[in-house]
Amino acid sequence: MHYSPVPMHIPDGFLSLIVSIICWAASAAIIGLAISKTNKALGEKQIPLMGVMAAFIFAAQMINFPVAGGTSGHLLGGAMAAIMLGPWAGMLVMTAVIAVQGLLFQDGGLVVMGANILNMGLVTAAVGYGLYRSAATQPKNVKLGVAGVAAWLSVMTGALLTSVELWLSGTSHLQVVIPAMLGVHALIGLGEALITVSALAFIMRSRPDLLGEDSESAKGSRGWIWAGGLITLAVILFSPLASTDPDGLNRVAMDLGFMTNAQSGTGPFAGYTVPFLAMTSLSKIAAGAIGVLVVGAIIMLIGRGMKAKT
Amino acid sequence: MHFDAFDRYHEKESFIHRLDPRVKVVVTIAFIVSNALLPDGAWMAFVFAWLFLLAANIFSRLGVAYTFKRSLVALPFALIAITVLFSIPGKALFTFQLFTSNLTVTDAGLLRFVSIIIRSWLSVQIALLLVATTRFPDLIHAFEHLRVPAILTTIIAFLYRYLFVLTDEVFRLLRARESRSAGSTGKRSGGGVLWRAKVAGNMAGQLFLRSYERSDRIYNAMLSRGYSGRLYTLNPHEMKSRDYFVTAFAIAIIFIVQIIGRL
Repeated sequence: MHYSPVPMHIPDGFLSLIVSIICWAASAAIIGLAISKTNKALGEKQIPLMGVMAAFIFAAQMINFPVAGGTSGHLLGGAMAAIMLGPWAGMLVMTAVIAVQGLLFQDGGLVVMGANILNMGLVTAAVGYGLYRSAATQPKNVKLGVAGVAAWLSVMTGALLTSVELWLSGTSHLQVVIPAMLGVHALIGLGEALITVSALAFIMRSRPDLLGEDSESAKGSRGWIWAGGLITLAVILFSPLASTDPDGLNRVAMDLGFMTNAQSGTGPFAGYTVPFLAMTSLSKIAAGAIGVLVVGAIIMLIGRGMKAKT
Repeated sequence: MHFDAFDRYHEKESFIHRLDPRVKVVVTIAFIVSNALLPDGAWMAFVFAWLFLLAANIFSRLGVAYTFKRSLVALPFALIAITVLFSIPGKALFTFQLFTSNLTVTDAGLLRFVSIIIRSWLSVQIALLLVATTRFPDLIHAFEHLRVPAILTTIIAFLYRYLFVLTDEVFRLLRARESRSAGSTGKRSGGGVLWRAKVAGNMAGQLFLRSYERSDRIYNAMLSRGYSGRLYTLNPHEMKSRDYFVTAFAIAIIFIVQIIGRL
C-alpha cells in the first residue's frame, strides 16, 4: 500500500544457495551476539522500545523529499538506528525491519534474507556507528559532519556487499554491477546523509539527553571504532581493486569454488551434482546423502502424522 | 488508518488456510531452496514447480492466478542480472550496439538469465501465497516454534502492531508539510534541495521523538497490566496428523522436482 521499496533488497533466485547460506550464517552469528549483548545491557524494557523503534525506521522510510526530475531522496536508516539506539539494538531493529519487508511485502526474498540483513542492517549499523563513535568527544558540528559521512559510507558499503554477493552467485558481471550499484547508491547515500544529519541535529536541539553522555548511543565500546574503520578501509581498498583487476578476483572466486567456468557450467545435463561442490565424485556423494536425508525426513513426518491425533 | 492496512492476509475457508503455520513456513522455504538448487535450463522441473504452485493456489481457494497477478514485484530487480546475457561465453545469438560498445547476446547467457528470472518469479509467488493464507501473528508464532529467538519475534510483533500507528503519524507530518508548502502559480515552491532535505530530516527527528515517547507510554501501560517480557497467545498451534502428512507430501513433490531437474 503506502510503501515504497528501496532498491537494494535482493529477491529470492538472484543469489546462489551457497552464498545465501554463508550470508545467513554470518548474519545469524552477529544477531546472536547482538541479542546476548542487549539482553545483558537492559531488561524487558528494551523489547517494546526496540519494537516501536523498528516501526519508526519502517515509517521513516516513507518520508521523502523531491530532488529533481521526479526522483526523491529518502532514508534506509541503518546508520541512524545504530547512532540513536546504540549499535547492538540498532542491528536488531534493522533485522526486524528487513524481516517484515521480506515477509509481508515480498521486498527481498526469504532464503536470501540473511544477505539482505547483512547488507542493509548489520554492516550499515557497524559502519555508521563506528565512524560516529570515533567523533564522540568532538564538538557538535564535527560530530554531525562525521555522522553524515558515516551514513553515506554505510549505504555505499551495503551496495558494494550486495554487488559482491550477486557476482559470487554468477548473477551479475563484476565490471558492470559494481560501478552501477555504487553510482546509484552514491546519490541515494547523499539523501541518506542529509536526512540523518538534520534528524540528529534536531534531536540534539530538542532532546540532547537522548544523544548525550549517558545515552545508549554513547555506551558502545571503542571496538566499534575499529570495526567501522576496518570495514571502511576494506571498502576503499576493494572498490578500485574490483575495477582494475576483475580477472584476478574471478580467479580467486573460482579457486574458492564459488564459480565454475561458465562453458563447462551447470547445463541441463549436469547430472546428479550439487551445484556448489566442485569435485564431481564428492558432489555425487553429497547429492546421495541429501536424498537419503530427505527420504528419511518424509518417512519420519508420515510416522509422526500417524501418531498425532487428527 | 485501520490496524490491518498493511495486512496481506486474505480470509477464506480453505484447506491451506487451516494448515498449521509451521507447515506453510517449512514448505515455502523448502520450495525456495529447491528453486535455488535447480540447474539452469531445467525447464521440465520449472514447469512442475509451477504446477505445484498452481495447485497450492487452487487449494487455497484464492483462484488459480492469485499469486501470478501479484508476482511482478520483484521484476525491476531483473535489471541487475541483465549483464549475464553478454558476459557468459557461448554461441552468439545477436549483436547490437549500445553507446560505443558492441554487445553480443550468447545462448549460454540467455539460458542463465531466463533461469534466474524463473527461479525468482516462482519463489516470490510461494512467499505471496504464504502471507495471503496465514495471519501475520500466526506467522510470527510459527517462527517462534521454529526456534527463532523470542526477542526477535517479539520485536517483529511490536513492529507489526505499531506500524500503522506510526504510519498515521508520518501522514500527519507529510500533510502538515504539504499544507505549509503553498506556492504561487508558475513559481516553484520551497527552497533548494538542501533546505528540503533538512525539512525531511527534521520530520524524521520529530517522528523519532514521538515514537520514543510513545514507546515509553506503551511500556508503562504494559507493565501496569502485568507484562514480564513475554507475549502470550490465545491461539496455541498444534501439529495434527494432517499437518505432518501434508508436509511429507509437499517435500516429496519438491524432491521429485529436483530429480526431474537433474535427469
